[in-house]
Amino acid sequence: MANGRTETATPKRPRDAASDGKARPAASEPAPRDPRFETLSGIPVQPLYTPADIAPDQEARVGRPGEFPFTRGLHPEMYRTRLWTMRQFAGFGTAEHTNQRFHYLLAQGMTGLSTAFDMPTLMGYDPDHPMALGEVGREGVAISSLEDMEILFRGIPLDQVTTSMTINAPAVVLLAMYIAVGEKQGIPPEKLGGTVQADMLKEFIAQKEWICPPRPSVRICVDMIEWCAKHMPKWNSISISGYHIREAGATAVQELAFTIADGIGYVEECRKRGMDVDEFAPRLSFFWDVHNDFFEEIAKFRAGRRIWATLMRDRFGAKNPRSWQLRTHAQTAGVSLTAQQPLNNVARVALQALAAVLGGTQSLHTNSMDETLALPTEEAATVALRTQQILAYESGVTATPDPLGGSYFIEALTDRVEAEALRYIHRIDEMGGIITAVERGYPQKEIADSAYRFQQQVEREERIIVGVNKFQSDEEVAIPVLKIDPEIERRQIERIRAVRAKRDAGAYSRAMTALRDACLSEKNLVPFVLDAVRAYATLGEISDVFREAYGVYREPAVF
Amino acid sequence: MARKIRVLVGKAGLDGHDRGAKVVASAMRDAGFEVIYTGLHQTPEMIVQAAVQEDVDAVALSILSGAHMTLFPRVHELMKERGIADVLLTGGGIISKEDMATLQSQGVGQLFGPGTSTVAIVDYIRDWAAKHRGGKVPAAG
Repeated sequence: MANGRTETATPKRPRDAASDGKARPAASEPAPRDPRFETLSGIPVQPLYTPADIAPDQEARVGRPGEFPFTRGLHPEMYRTRLWTMRQFAGFGTAEHTNQRFHYLLAQGMTGLSTAFDMPTLMGYDPDHPMALGEVGREGVAISSLEDMEILFRGIPLDQVTTSMTINAPAVVLLAMYIAVGEKQGIPPEKLGGTVQADMLKEFIAQKEWICPPRPSVRICVDMIEWCAKHMPKWNSISISGYHIREAGATAVQELAFTIADGIGYVEECRKRGMDVDEFAPRLSFFWDVHNDFFEEIAKFRAGRRIWATLMRDRFGAKNPRSWQLRTHAQTAGVSLTAQQPLNNVARVALQALAAVLGGTQSLHTNSMDETLALPTEEAATVALRTQQILAYESGVTATPDPLGGSYFIEALTDRVEAEALRYIHRIDEMGGIITAVERGYPQKEIADSAYRFQQQVEREERIIVGVNKFQSDEEVAIPVLKIDPEIERRQIERIRAVRAKRDAGAYSRAMTALRDACLSEKNLVPFVLDAVRAYATLGEISDVFREAYGVYREPAVF
Repeated sequence: MARKIRVLVGKAGLDGHDRGAKVVASAMRDAGFEVIYTGLHQTPEMIVQAAVQEDVDAVALSILSGAHMTLFPRVHELMKERGIADVLLTGGGIISKEDMATLQSQGVGQLFGPGTSTVAIVDYIRDWAAKHRGGKVPAAG
């Protein structure tokens, strides 16, 4: 089957390096310690990199920081002028609990908010829906109506923070609630800064939290992109996400390829609606995973910027340089953390965070050491934030942009990651684009195959995970774990029932009727959802309107 | 002739994390089990209904959403109601040792956390089936 490794055209270089004209080791030299030496994507790594490994026009291909194609970063001086945003993802329990955590993290020097929602919220169910049983407030905060959102941001002026919201299928509802909270604080939409993830394609590919089938889901994403382009100049209307694709098992190359392919999909859908690419492209943002393979991750960030800049300028004819720029958030790889010897995760996170910074990220979340066990405790979340602060203020890596630029290895690896990703992107183009590829289950199957192959490699000890298949310890290290009170579910159900009982029934039903009609038209849905939210329609009720209009998605169960 | 061990791999609740479930399902298939995968977002009722219809030897639930203390007992209770209390209920996910012990004391089988080898899971189900389900052995390969 096609995958990151087997489709590689270039054969592995022989280990003695004699056939490629490089120095032959003396006969007495020991054999390589690892018979493979390849990246996590299966790209072979040579014993030596020299100028012969990079393209002759390398300087032009790479460019300078702040210049097309932005291989070396988006800004001429990068972190010399502005550090990345330290944006720790937080959310659990009720709006009150998460509001307290937000205030705590801001007091510790965090520079942007990032909201994790619970499963019922992510799937568009109110807490009293049977599917929500046992899930309320467990993996994130439960936000079911505008009232919850008002509590979530209590005491936080929305024109002084930027907020990222990890929400997809019901993203338009949460975006509307955020705008409505802004209105109540006297802050108009044009002054709101932040991001709504709203990337449904990667939901079908990897994260698997959906309401409706792919095409109406993408329509709602495009409604948000269109509306935000007109009304919210500081808002990122989408975060095109590789993170979940990687966590589901993709290699770095597959993460890059499927994410860029998703980006192409959204750009094409916006253009079909008659939008000019420069109207919306500057507000498209990205989200990478940062995994263990240090140099491959840096190469991925660099290759991603170059691919996107080239696509936007040459394929889509974007003229505004801001349309060419792949701006990205990054998060260390949750899937790389181990439940065994959890303190080791602090070291993993530090290395991954360093890769993100050397890769030139615009914003970063560092995972907490306890996240394979539960949501993070306050102490663990603080260590994670401090890790970023140590990188920013102690390590010296921020003193010059793209410090690894020009390394024979990094440039060769960037070229190789780019070439392999482009091969996937071309295949998806040939299939008729990413939406068709997703409907056929192509990226889903590629990812599942990679996940299974990785697990087999771990079980054969071809890949080492410290503390899991090597250097195990019988001694159990107990670390504190956050517990979610089961009472939260009952309290959240009481609150949503009270909201339904006390709202203005006339305003509610007028707004819902208008939304129902709009769903069946080609009108942009954002203003209609905004009216429904202002009338305290709940997240579940609005999602039900979508379910009635567009149906519910069922994934074919394949493995 | 012994028939193959049949296992239902289930994803209960709203949890969309299916990497582990699919990897375990693939490993069981390669070990010679017959694997039925429910797909995502199943209710406990749907899972137990599928277990009855498919006449499985074991139900393996994957739960990474933190809802395991609600969903495992519910599935277990429904299995008893539907007369399949002799079928193994096992599973895995992000489940603390403490919660694993509580669930096992209620009659749920062994539960597996992150970092578990698929071999351990396959061996456990094979041994359980040999003891409790009349010595069925998976066909070679």
